[in-house]
Formats: sequence, C-alpha cells, structure tokens
Amino acid sequence: MAMKVFRSHLLMCAGTACVSCGTFRVRERLEKELKDRGLDEEVKVVITGCNGFCAEGPIMVVYPEGIFYGQLKPEDMPLIVEEHILKGRPVPKLFYKEPVKKEVIPLLKDIPFFGLQVLRVLRNRGLIDPENIDEYIAKDGYVALHKAVTQMTPEQIIAEMKESGLRGRGGAGFPTGDKWEEAGKYKRFPKYVICNGDEGDPGAFMDRSVLEADPHAVLEGMTICAKSIAANEGYLYVRAEYPLAIKRLNQAIEQARSYGLLGKDIFGTGFEFDAYVYPGAGAFVCGESTALMFSLEGKRGMPRAKPPRSAEAGLWGQPTVLNNVETFANVPRIILNGAKWFNSLGTEKSKGTKVFSLAGSVNNIGLVEVPMGITLRSIVFDIGEGIKNRKKFKAAQLGGPSGGFVPEHLLDTPVDYESLEATGAIMGSGGIVICDESTCMVDSARFFTNFCVEESCGKCVPCRIGLTVMLHKLEGIVGGKGQEGDVEFLEDLGRHIVRMSHCGLGQSAPNPVLSSIRHFRHEYDQHIKDKHCSSLVCTPLIRFEVNPEKCKMCGLCLKACPSDAVTWEKKQPAKINQELCTKCKSCIRACKFWAIE
Amino acid sequence: MAKLSIEDLKKIKESVQASVNLREGGYRAKVNIHMGTCGIASGARGLMTAVMNEIEKGDIKDVIVTTSGCAGLCSREPMITVELLGDAPVKYIDLTPEKMREIFSEHVLGGKVLEKYALAVGSETTF
Repeated sequence: MAMKVFRSHLLMCAGTACVSCGTFRVRERLEKELKDRGLDEEVKVVITGCNGFCAEGPIMVVYPEGIFYGQLKPEDMPLIVEEHILKGRPVPKLFYKEPVKKEVIPLLKDIPFFGLQVLRVLRNRGLIDPENIDEYIAKDGYVALHKAVTQMTPEQIIAEMKESGLRGRGGAGFPTGDKWEEAGKYKRFPKYVICNGDEGDPGAFMDRSVLEADPHAVLEGMTICAKSIAANEGYLYVRAEYPLAIKRLNQAIEQARSYGLLGKDIFGTGFEFDAYVYPGAGAFVCGESTALMFSLEGKRGMPRAKPPRSAEAGLWGQPTVLNNVETFANVPRIILNGAKWFNSLGTEKSKGTKVFSLAGSVNNIGLVEVPMGITLRSIVFDIGEGIKNRKKFKAAQLGGPSGGFVPEHLLDTPVDYESLEATGAIMGSGGIVICDESTCMVDSARFFTNFCVEESCGKCVPCRIGLTVMLHKLEGIVGGKGQEGDVEFLEDLGRHIVRMSHCGLGQSAPNPVLSSIRHFRHEYDQHIKDKHCSSLVCTPLIRFEVNPEKCKMCGLCLKACPSDAVTWEKKQPAKINQELCTKCKSCIRACKFWAIE
Repeated sequence: MAKLSIEDLKKIKESVQASVNLREGGYRAKVNIHMGTCGIASGARGLMTAVMNEIEKGDIKDVIVTTSGCAGLCSREPMITVELLGDAPVKYIDLTPEKMREIFSEHVLGGKVLEKYALAVGSETTF
C-alpha cells in the first residue's frame, strides 16, 4: 500500500485559534492556486492540530524546507504558490518577525518560541494530520499499546508508571501510578477510565490543543490505563465549547475501532476496551472529579465528600481512574521509552514536561511545552519574548481562578509543583496569563472572585456565601468605598474559606485574592487610602485630569474623545472638561505617556 | 478492516514514513530542481514529473525534491542540483526527462556522479 508521493507538504494549523483567524479561507485559496497551476498532484496540503504559536495564526509551515509563514491572508496565497512552491523562492515579506529585535526568521526551528521547547506531549502537534490515524501510527502510534497488552502485566505497567514519577497534570499533582494501583486493587467490576477534558480556567487551552492535535495519543493512554486496572469502558468528558476537539475525538475513536485498536479482542489478546465522548455542559465545577462523575451519570454536577476516593467508588459507584488529558497523553511514551527516559527530565519531585498556554500581555501567545524546572522568567521572556507594546511586566497569573499571581521578583522560581505553591500560586492545569503594568491587581482579583461566585455549585456555605461576601468587599474597594481593615477582613475570610470548603473549587477560590494581597498589598492600600488606581483601570478611582508635567501636547486624547470633553491647542497641555466627560477611558487608551490620572 | 497486528502497524508506519520524514528532515539525498522562469520555459516541469515518477515507482523514502529559483545560468537550463547527505552538491545542466532518470538511478540512488551531464561539483549550496 505505497502512498502517493508528494515533493512538498504544506502544513496548515487548524487549531481553534487559527481557524477563527481564517485558516479555512486561506486553505481554500491555496488549494485553488495549486490546482490552477497543476501543482495539486505534487504538493500536499495537510491540516494539522494546533501548532502552538497562536499569536501568529493562521500558520502554514512548508516542508521539506521547514519555512514558517504566519498571519496569512487568502491574498498571500498566489504569491507563495508562485514564488515558493513553484520557483522555490521563499517569500521573506511573509516570514516571522521577531518582536523585540525585529529580525526576520524564515525557519521554524530557528524561531526562539519553538527552539526552547521540549516536545513530548505535543510531539505530533502541527506535524501530523490528527484526522488520519495512519499518520499517528507512522509516528510510532499504538506501539506502546501493543507492548502494554502483549508483553506487560498490569503490575508491570503500574510499576513503570510509578517509577516514571508522572503526576496528574490537571493541577493537583497526584502521582498517576499510585492512582492506577489503587484502582487496580479493587476487584469489583465493571471499572471505568475517564479522561477529564472539562478545561474551564479562563485563558487556558492546553487540553483543547492536545485533543485537537493528537487525539490518538490520549486514546492510547486511556487504553493502556484500562489494561492496567482491567477496565473495559472509558469516557472522555469534554466541554461542549470545544466542538473541534469533540469532532476529532469522535473521528479518532471511529478509526481506532475500525483498526481493532478499540473494541473487543485488541491485538488478539482478548482484552476489550472502548471509549465514548461525553460533551460537558460547561459548568466549571464539573472539572472536579466527583462532580464530573455525577454529571456523567446524568445527575446535577456537585462534588461529594471524600473518601471514598474515585479509585474505590467512582462512576456509578465502581472503581474509576480519572486523569487529565495531558496526563493520558504522556502515557504512551512512558510505556514505549521507559520510566527512566521520562524522569530524566525535570526536578526531584516533578518529572517530565508540562504544557502551558501562554496568554495575556505577552508577545508570543500560544501553547508551549517546557521541561519541569525551567524558570518562569524563561517562559515569559525567552519563549514568550517579553511584554507587548514595550510595557512593563507586572505579574504572571498561574492556575486560573484557583491560582495566584507571581510578581517580578519571584520570576526565577523553577516550574515545579512545590516551588510554585510556595509563591502562593499553583501549577494548576497550565494556564499562564501575563499581566502588564496596565493591569490592576485588585480588579483582577475581583474578576476571578466573580468567576468563582458564578461557578460555585452552592452546596457548601463557605464557598457559596463566603465568596459572595469577598466579592462585595472587592467591589467596594474598586468602587472607591474601601475602608481601613478591608484587607485584613479579606485575608481572614479567605483563609476560612480555604480551610472549610468542601471541594477543590472553594478551597482554592480565594487564592487570587490572597496572593494578590501578599504580593501587591500596596495596590490595595492605594485603592483604599489614596482612592487611586495607578494602573488606571478602576474608573471610580480615576480623576480624569491631565498632568501637565507628563503631557507631551500631542493631541491624541482630543482625537480619541467621543464626547468633546477634551480641549487642546498646539503647544498647550490638554484639559478635560469634567462635566462633559463620560469616563469612557478612550483618552487613557490613546495617551502614550500616562499623562491622564 | 480486520484487526490489526503489530505487523500491520509496522506496515502502515512504513508506508506513511516517507511523508513524515519529509517533515523532519530525515533524508539521504536532495534533488533540487531549478524552477525559475527560464527553467520552467525550458522544461523543468518535465524533470519534476520524471523525478516524482521514479520516486513513486521505486517506493523511495529517503529522497526529497525541492525547487529553487534561477541559478544564474539561464542558457543551460533546465538545471538541477543533486546533494547526497555529506557530499558536495553537484549541478547538472541541459537536462531532459531521460537524462533526469539516468541521473536519478546513477547518482541519486547509485551514488556515482554522472560527469557527462555535470556542470560542476561543489559550487554554491542552496537553501
């Protein structure tokens, strides 16, 4: 079954980010151009999962040269086809431009964003067609499964997993091997394997990208897990907001079934396992394992008291292993290359790599995979290439609504579970949102608290009522009604909620507030005592006056003002008429000199 | 489809390997066809088709084909540059599809430089 040979492959990223920037329109034009020039028989267009460099979308990488084109438009296609594909002259004006030094970099492998990453979970991203199982197999896909079901006993699989030191990538960091071992111990059948793809943190998109780029890796990991605990049924709980991930998973499951890699008698060993996708309805709390299982059972998604742990009594009261998407995606390589290969990377207690989604005010927004132990500074400034628009770094928010802020002086913290926790943040599932100097820490804490109030399931009092009280306090502070003692009150209440809440959501929900108080206390004091927000975010605390010393008399604020409140003449500082001002902040956004206070 | 065995996995892997190699730089030889306007006008397209045919016919997995622009010697087009990994590149001139096939089997596969069609050995390297 020799495959048709193509001299060149054009790999187009079709992750959600690139698709929303117009990948499919670009592809349509590209295919038309190729056809018009009779190149469609010798050049192949391959649609891949997320390439990772979302800030540059839509993306196309041309092989064999490995030339990277970003921010493509359909109109660029005739030029690329004519010059590069036909005549072999890459098109410099469409190359990636490094944001700091403005250097042009043609080759994918030379772009620092890619060069500093270590791809294990994401090894196939942007390299194979996720909708074609053969391409996954060409990258040693399902060989690990074969090894696990034909050459290893369940005990050996679990021993390998334990030795590897892999810890749950959903955030809590529970050792994966221990979890499997416990579930394997119980001899009540049926047992279940569940993949948690209910990624709900604002700004996080690791799981989505893995599912979109390499769905078979997750399926293979789940099947190996099933073998080790003797389960025959698995579910992938994926939030319904990820239609592309769900579509590709369903395709992958169909293909695996048709190859006999799922279903009865896998590899002729008599082992049976099948997997099903279950779209979640979008409740944040359903990312909590017990709530997720209730939701799967068709009940209301609410956590229950532990113990018993899910490994003992999970889905429908049966022994269940629930792991995160990224955890499962790590499994095949561990089985194939061995635990020693896996734990050769990382720190003492955190092994392997971690996938992060880098978002916010950073130049290179995207999906990155780095070895454990790399510093946050390296992620933000080397891979992320610094802050957008030459602004200053203020904090990195890790772990979403359960996480915390890491300030500048702690940026050299190595990325591992324990070190991050010591800063007041957490590893979390891997969302990193970068805040620059125009982010108000108090307002960000309010945003995350508001999110948790909305998403609290309401089962227990500390979370349901405590968070609401915290939110009201924070709203008071950003609204200019803060009082002496508010900060202490928030700290006290926050600690109570952490201690007394029922599930992980409540236990971690005060983290953004507590960590922002810990590292940015001065901003709280400024809001409460000086009634001033130096980041110019909290509207009630902005005076909307022009500081004549900072004003460079450029007149940009005049142009920006929609309500004619600004008066300005050449060589005169601007003035704002308070009666006409609607406090829309257009002038603040327009001013390049922070002259409006 | 029937159940897969490990042999089937290997077969699938091998048949797709060539594609994936192409994306990873895993190749032994590179055939660079100069496809500037001059090259195309004098028949470079025919060379391309010939090479692709040979590769497909022989199920060859470690040879990649690239294109590049005019090499500067327009009067001797169509031209190609053959580069075996580790060896200096060789430029061939005044080619036809028949000569192309000969070069492919002698040089690209056999490793022997065909001096009768060659312009020079070890001239400038291309991308």
